[in-house]
Amino acid sequence: MAGGVRTVRIIVTLKPGVLDAPGQAILKGLGALGHSGVQAVRAGRYFEIEVEQSDGLDERVREMCEGFLANTLIEQYRYEIA
Amino acid sequence: MNIGIVVFPGSNCDADTYHAIRDVLGHHAQYVWHEERSLDGLDAVILPGGFSYGDYLRAGAIAATSPAVRALGPYVAGGGLVLGICNGFQTLLETGLLPGAMQPNLGGRFRCEFVHLRTERVDTPFTCGLAPGDVLRIPIAHADGRYVVDPAARPALAAHRQIVFRYCDARGDVTPEANPNGAEDGIAGIASPSGAVLGLMPHPERASEDLVGGTDGLRIFSSLALWITTGRRLSGQPVEVH
Repeated sequence: MAGGVRTVRIIVTLKPGVLDAPGQAILKGLGALGHSGVQAVRAGRYFEIEVEQSDGLDERVREMCEGFLANTLIEQYRYEIA
Repeated sequence: MNIGIVVFPGSNCDADTYHAIRDVLGHHAQYVWHEERSLDGLDAVILPGGFSYGDYLRAGAIAATSPAVRALGPYVAGGGLVLGICNGFQTLLETGLLPGAMQPNLGGRFRCEFVHLRTERVDTPFTCGLAPGDVLRIPIAHADGRYVVDPAARPALAAHRQIVFRYCDARGDVTPEANPNGAEDGIAGIASPSGAVLGLMPHPERASEDLVGGTDGLRIFSSLALWITTGRRLSGQPVEVH
């Protein structure tokens, strides 16, 4: 993998307890379509980033998330590097 | 006096703001393309309303990476004044120049209507022509206007008197019914502690002529003109020469 291109998959969602208006609207929509038993929906964003392998890639991805891709006041993120 | 209005891809209130300052009030204004790196020579910078970059990622998040917005930090440190209107306010939150974040309106609707604002602070460049408690009638037009702030940061907001405008009824009472989006404490506009940076969700440029339903918005632009032309200075800040 050294020197190659890595794929980073990042998921950003609202923190627990932060009202998720889109998620609630989607929940209503699912109910309207007859999908019973849906307890909760949390909406979020998904990013797939191709980035050159380098030392400290993990730290760089965290910087991308903290400084830009997520607003950490209200959002949380998780990622995997493949 | 020279006011710069930053233009982003997706700005749509830049021309209205220009019109209010230049054609209605007769002051000098100029457009500043978002790729501009220098804000030298501008007495104040306005980030106008609109949908910069289509609100991609989060409202204002991409605009916050532009050269002109990244120049705002040094510009303010050097004594500059910044007004963010609606999407401009959202952008200022994304830069961290103002604390807090915006969430979708409670109720999930885009709200486009006149609201009333109670003036909470008048020692800022944008409210110096107002009296405490003055009620302004100005329209809002946004989907993401529910202002939230970290509970840990809330005491500082109060201590620094950063709340400048709150949603109220026509009599000036701040009530849940008068709050169009569920913003914390009915907050419609906040300033930096010194008052040099103000962000507000309502659109003063859309209340600048009787033809469009009112002129209360002019009082914000007139305050700015008064502040600049009379050489006023921010309290608690070193003397700055423009």
